[in-house]
Amino acid sequence: MTKATASRAEIRDFYDDCAAVLDAEDLAAFPAFFTQDCLYRVISRENHDDGLDHAPIHCRGKAMIIDRVTSTREVALYQPRSLRHFISGVRILSDDGDEIRSSANFLIIESLVEQEPQILMVGRYLDRIVREEGELRFRERSCVYDNYHIRTTLVIPA
Amino acid sequence: MTTAAIETPPAKCWPEDGITRVPAWIYSDPDIYAREMQTFHYGKTWNFVGLDCEVPEPGSFKRSWVGERPVIMVRDHDGTINVVENRCAHRGSLICWETRGKARDLSCPYHHWSYDLKGNLMGLPFLRGAQGKGGMPRGFDKSQHGLTRLRVAVRGGTVWATYSEDTLSFEEYTGPEILERLDRLVSRRPLRLVGYSRQMVKSNWKLYWENSRDPYHATLMHPFLSTFGILRTDGDYHSVPLEGGKHEYTYSQFDPELRNRTSEASQQIKSISNDLKIQDTEVVTSVIDEFNDGMMGAFQLFPTVLVQQYFNCLVVRHMIPKGPGAHELAWTYFGYADDDEKMRELRLKQSNLVGPAGFVSLEDSEVLSLMQPVVESRPDSQQVLEMGGHGTGAQSTMMTETLIRAFYEFYRREMKL
Repeated sequence: MTKATASRAEIRDFYDDCAAVLDAEDLAAFPAFFTQDCLYRVISRENHDDGLDHAPIHCRGKAMIIDRVTSTREVALYQPRSLRHFISGVRILSDDGDEIRSSANFLIIESLVEQEPQILMVGRYLDRIVREEGELRFRERSCVYDNYHIRTTLVIPA
Repeated sequence: MTTAAIETPPAKCWPEDGITRVPAWIYSDPDIYAREMQTFHYGKTWNFVGLDCEVPEPGSFKRSWVGERPVIMVRDHDGTINVVENRCAHRGSLICWETRGKARDLSCPYHHWSYDLKGNLMGLPFLRGAQGKGGMPRGFDKSQHGLTRLRVAVRGGTVWATYSEDTLSFEEYTGPEILERLDRLVSRRPLRLVGYSRQMVKSNWKLYWENSRDPYHATLMHPFLSTFGILRTDGDYHSVPLEGGKHEYTYSQFDPELRNRTSEASQQIKSISNDLKIQDTEVVTSVIDEFNDGMMGAFQLFPTVLVQQYFNCLVVRHMIPKGPGAHELAWTYFGYADDDEKMRELRLKQSNLVGPAGFVSLEDSEVLSLMQPVVESRPDSQQVLEMGGHGTGAQSTMMTETLIRAFYEFYRREMKL
């Protein structure tokens, strides 16, 4: 028997904690969920299924996540918004004692001034998770969205 | 009791001040929109349809749009590329439902009329009816019921289509300057498809069209640009209207030292925050000067695309009108077939700059989607376009609206407004 990296309940908590940071717009806390050499991307299902690499958000390494957070917080101009993440169906696909491959569905509702809340994005997370200094971290997170197109803009990471 | 001025509906004639004013009704009037589609997209223009690398083999197809009309770009058995309307000649149903794929022929799911890759009607079920009953009349001529086929032009790795027999040749249509810039990006090496971003923007297509002709806003509204010295008003910059205002290009010579300098101009830009540091500088530097000219820029090829090169990020922004108050942007990112691993990664990284989540483009769709209801609420109002004077000549500055004025000179002439 190989040693398990984490239980399903732990993975679920990890997902919820990460989503809570984004819902609270506490973007500064977001990079800490990733390893130094991570890959984080928000990619359309169209590209993902067709083996195309382009992703509207493509961060190779934690430094790029930090840059995106800095840019969003300090310089980007966008309408005020509230995001709510709804995550379900968390599953562990494999666990070799070093790295977990896991997936989950996500639904992100966006609320803007003068408008009814709308679905910003729906899709699934495809993740590789490792433990560093006792804490779970994303080595790779692909947020694969089913939407045909992005409505207006994608500001906050998924 | 106050007598409110009765608002008279705005007369559909252009303001007396000419091209330094744009009347707001052109952004919402359904008749104007319908005329634009007829005059431009379905008229004597070349419309972007796709890249040849999107349809690599015979039978490979891709859905696209000319104006609001769905079309199919398909590679024929002899290797040439055809563009046909994605509309069955029988009852008008959508033939091709997949975004991209491969097929032996084009067959309509509704009544199974099938067409070859040129759009010729090959056959239809029950042509002679069943059990001696029904069927098409004897005189039904299949050759008269093919898919509507568009004229196609291929330039380097790009594919263009037009409805009109009278459209100039593609080279005459673009003119030499645009052709040179297009060739620089798409004609030297075979292209490689990197992927798509699709974005719905709830604004009239012209607001976006003007936006990419408006360098004035760029350093102000996109602080990312000025903060990292990518584009700044004190840098080398050129705004060049072409072919009577129909097309345009803008370019700058990248200056890695710009970020470290302050000047009278940079001090006017409130949005420059000099203490901001980027950790992964590969995203904002010309790591590899692949065209050996240190140049960065974009050009508009009327009426459908802005072709853009930001360092090593190459992208075609295809603007697809969706009624007077909306348009879709299909961003097709590309590279070259011989890109090595480092170059592939660089293109992906620098793609963070432009697109629906782009550091230097996300503000555009935010502003324009908020602007649309405002212009709709005041169709009688006018835009003011006097930055850089009243003319339409090329200018070596960002602080100019010459490109928008030049566009409206062209637009008024074609639309007879």
